Amino acid sequence: MQRILEVKDLSINFYLREGVVHALTDVNFEVFENETLGVIGESGSGKSVTVQSILGILSQPPAKIVSGSIRFEPESRNLELNLLPTYGDTYRNVRWNDISMIFQEPMSSFSPLHSIGDQISEALTLHRPELSETDVLSVCLGLLEKVGIPSPAMFFKRYPHEFSGGMRQRAMIAMALVCNPKILIADEPTTALDVTIEAQILELLESIKSEFNMSMIYISHDLAVIGEISDRILVMYLGRVVESGVADEVIDNPLHPYTRALLKSIPKIDQPIESLDPIEGSIPSPFEVHTGCPFYSRCTERLGEICLRQKPAHKTYNNGHKVSCHLHA
Amino acid sequence: MLTYTIKRLFQLIPILFVISVVAYAIIELPPGDFADFYISSLRATGVTVLEDEALRIKEQYGFNAPVVERYWRWLENIIFHGNFGYSFEYQKPVNEIIAEKLPLSIGLTFGALIISWALAIPIGIYSAIHQYSKFDYFFTFIGFLGLATPPFLMALIFAWLFLKFFDYSVLGLYSPEYVTAPWSFDKFIDLCKHLILPVILIGLQGTGTIIRVMRGNLLDELKKPYVITAKAKGLKFRDLLLKYPVRMAINPIISTIGWLLPALIAGEILISIVLGIQTLGPVLLRSVLSQDMWLAASIVMILSLLTIIGSLISDLLLVWLDPRIRFERLSK
Amino acid sequence: MGSFSNSSSVINEEDKNFYYATQWSLIRSRFRQHRLASISLIFLGLLYLFAIFSDFLVPYSSTQRFSKYNFSAPTSIYIYDSEAGFSSPFVYGQKKILDKKTFSWKYEPDLTKKVYIQFFTEGEEYSLFGIFKSNIHLFGIDEETPVFLFGSDRLGRDVFSRTIHGSQISLSIGLVGVSLSFLIGILLGGVSGYYGGYIDDLIQRFIDFMISLPTIPLWMAFSAVLPRDWSSLKTYFAITIILSIISWGPLARVTRGKILALREEDYTLAARAAGASTPRIIVKHLLPGFSSHLIVSITLSIPGMILAETALSFLGLGIQPPAVSWGTLLQDSQDLMAITNQPWLLIPAIFVIGTVLLFNFVGDGLRDAADPYS
Ligand SMILES: Nc1ncnc2c1ncn2[C@@H]1O[C@H](COP(=O)(O)OP(=O)(O)OP(=O)(O)O)[C@@H](O)[C@H]1O
Ligand code: SF4
Ligand SMILES: [Mg+2]
Repeated sequence: MQRILEVKDLSINFYLREGVVHALTDVNFEVFENETLGVIGESGSGKSVTVQSILGILSQPPAKIVSGSIRFEPESRNLELNLLPTYGDTYRNVRWNDISMIFQEPMSSFSPLHSIGDQISEALTLHRPELSETDVLSVCLGLLEKVGIPSPAMFFKRYPHEFSGGMRQRAMIAMALVCNPKILIADEPTTALDVTIEAQILELLESIKSEFNMSMIYISHDLAVIGEISDRILVMYLGRVVESGVADEVIDNPLHPYTRALLKSIPKIDQPIESLDPIEGSIPSPFEVHTGCPFYSRCTERLGEICLRQKPAHKTYNNGHKVSCHLHA
Repeated sequence: MLTYTIKRLFQLIPILFVISVVAYAIIELPPGDFADFYISSLRATGVTVLEDEALRIKEQYGFNAPVVERYWRWLENIIFHGNFGYSFEYQKPVNEIIAEKLPLSIGLTFGALIISWALAIPIGIYSAIHQYSKFDYFFTFIGFLGLATPPFLMALIFAWLFLKFFDYSVLGLYSPEYVTAPWSFDKFIDLCKHLILPVILIGLQGTGTIIRVMRGNLLDELKKPYVITAKAKGLKFRDLLLKYPVRMAINPIISTIGWLLPALIAGEILISIVLGIQTLGPVLLRSVLSQDMWLAASIVMILSLLTIIGSLISDLLLVWLDPRIRFERLSK
Repeated sequence: MGSFSNSSSVINEEDKNFYYATQWSLIRSRFRQHRLASISLIFLGLLYLFAIFSDFLVPYSSTQRFSKYNFSAPTSIYIYDSEAGFSSPFVYGQKKILDKKTFSWKYEPDLTKKVYIQFFTEGEEYSLFGIFKSNIHLFGIDEETPVFLFGSDRLGRDVFSRTIHGSQISLSIGLVGVSLSFLIGILLGGVSGYYGGYIDDLIQRFIDFMISLPTIPLWMAFSAVLPRDWSSLKTYFAITIILSIISWGPLARVTRGKILALREEDYTLAARAAGASTPRIIVKHLLPGFSSHLIVSITLSIPGMILAETALSFLGLGIQPPAVSWGTLLQDSQDLMAITNQPWLLIPAIFVIGTVLLFNFVGDGLRDAADPYS
């Protein structure tokens, strides 16, 4: 399998009036062709910052890439995205054309003043100027139908606030597909929706992914969802990748105490609801600087002095399973 | 949309009623009534008015009737005969005076509205994008200064500067050689030249505030997720900016017509008075100074009407431009 | 039951006081960090102090005329003389000279006549706050050679003295007018926000209507109605009432909005449950809750009042002579000739613009301090 995206030693800071937020620290991962990478972590762990930095849509300032690289198609085109000018032609052509994104909030991610059709077709006319108006329309209507919207032609002319969250998220998926991208990023696409709709959307995404031959980065803080949809998993905590590997490996044989805690907190059908085990303690302030392991304050398996004082190194096992914890030195 | 417009027009009726009451209060408030005033002004011009003739005049104008009836008679005259009464100061029907001066007043105010938007919106956009830049600070300061300077002072100072540095008098509507000249292209150019400064000065009454509203709105909008979506699609910055956040930020500006028009009218009146431009402003001043209340009340009423119509138009414009509001209002 | 609700409301009260105490000290410390606003506040304070002690601070009353010195340019004050070296401040006498080119009178310093400025000197008698009679002025000079810091007007009156005297009316009318507007606003806004429903609808419509009226023409028409023979005090109050009756709209709107937002909060519900009456709830519980926002709105509406008074008096429709305000002073500079020949007559304008700017800066600072996230 070919690598399509390679992120290496990526560190991103936010420079705010209140101080510096180290949003990402030495993040490493790869995305392979036709696979789904699941990213999991609690709120504030840097999942959104990671994927937004790939698309180059972070506001800089306050954000700044302090080190590392993001390479798109390292085997062939080898575009070093982090070096491209944000609004330069090259980067703009990568956006939506090669990598597109489904956002967390289907309501506010659409402009309320423009019709859904306008917003969906916009990217297509931008990246495929050779298409005629009727071609554009037929592509869009076809996609709307594919994502399960009952009467696409009518829908096309209407405005976002006239529809439910589920419908809007379907429209967002259709919009993300217009240019037939190589990577589809889904940043918590179901958080704002209720559970039954969440299942439908997940199903839709899986079928679309295989039909369109895309790679997908799927973000969630629900390990159950991630385990189901992913080929490989990335576990993030406080801006760091603490564990990564093939999905089955990570789920069946979690190495990092944080991943283990996350797994324990998943409700299982055959388990009584009382034994649900949310992770103890609260997430440290984003301004805090850690000399040792960032999970130290909440870790139930910590080793003492070494965990507090020394940053755990990355350890890679033969099967590609990686972890960063002193338990696995 | 049509039914909504008609509905809004019907809602104007109580408002018009309140305005007419306020205007009539202006007529009734001064001590003594108009008949007295009229009779004494007739006498002052040398006409002999006998007592019974005075009574007849009082009768004719209905000054012996109770106040509600007098009000109704006055309103009836306006509604059914388009008759606003008589100006004792100008010795002319009020209608004639207003017909003569109103077009220029409306023209100046409307021109000023356009100017203030045309200036404020681009500056507001630029200030927001270059937040905390020298440009931003400069216009924030100019905006404050504009807010703090009364319009008549602004007019005085500019007229003085023009006289001093360009040796050019901006007073009046025409240069002396054109005042009595017949209409010609040159006279028209001369008129335009004289109107530019007043229009800009009046426009400045709102510019500072609109810049700040626009800047604030745009800064808010720029943080919204739909801007990130648009950026992620690969749009150029300029296209993205103008299509999404600027559009969003301009909508609330349209609804500022509600307070902008009164401010512009205030500016129009004061600036016209200072610069000697023959609009309703100087007429209003002369009428209130001479207690010619029919004229004064009519002007107040017409100006109030203008602002009310202005805010109605801005409201309809907003419904037309903003699908959310359209959806909400029209579906009710 | 009675004792239960009593004790719970006592706790509520204490919690609330604590909450507001910390909130206010927070606002104060954030305001202090706002340098422009803090400095503006100090200058505003000084202006108001000057207004209060104007009789003492200026050498002349607002009506004192020096008939030989009409349209005299501002007097220069010297502390150095080539012969005598440095000394306490002094001025030169003035001679009137006919300009042969323009045929107008001009004043030139008479270098032979040197008059020292005296401090804490005796002058015209006045009564401070209407109680303390005194004739001591901060500075003065003998009758023969008057000192005109800002020049003199057509009748030979000292523009400096008149400007400072005029600040009494100009500065106070803003405060009094806004207090009145505020009262109307609180009343209507409070009722509207508290009862909601169709009463709210009606009042809101009315507020919208008031805001959309053109204020200047209404002000002009109503103030023209005032009898010219009224005393200055009566005119002053009448003008203030006219100003506030026409411009309470925006303040009422803010009040309504805040009350709507706050009435849902816990402590009002608790007070209501404890059986407090509605006006009592508005005054005791709601007012402190949004006073920081109200102070911002109030601060930002004072300049409007000051500007309105200035405009009306400038047109001859507001304060009537012999009373002085900045507006009446500016009447003297109505035509271009006057400004060209006697630009110092525009000095009161600097006070108007300055005061309005200061209020705006303070208001902005307060807004940032009260609501850092907006
Ligand atoms: N625009 C921004 N300004 C300042 N700080 C930011 C910004 N965006 C993100 N951060 C900071 O970066 C860190 C990571 O945020 P991020 O949004 O990536 O978290 P996340 O994992 O996506 O969380 P969630 O599950 O809530 O979406 C957080 O500590 C956040 O405070
Ligand atoms: S390094 Fe130590 S503290 Fe951190 S996760 Fe591993 S055991 Fe826990
Ligand atoms: Mg996120």
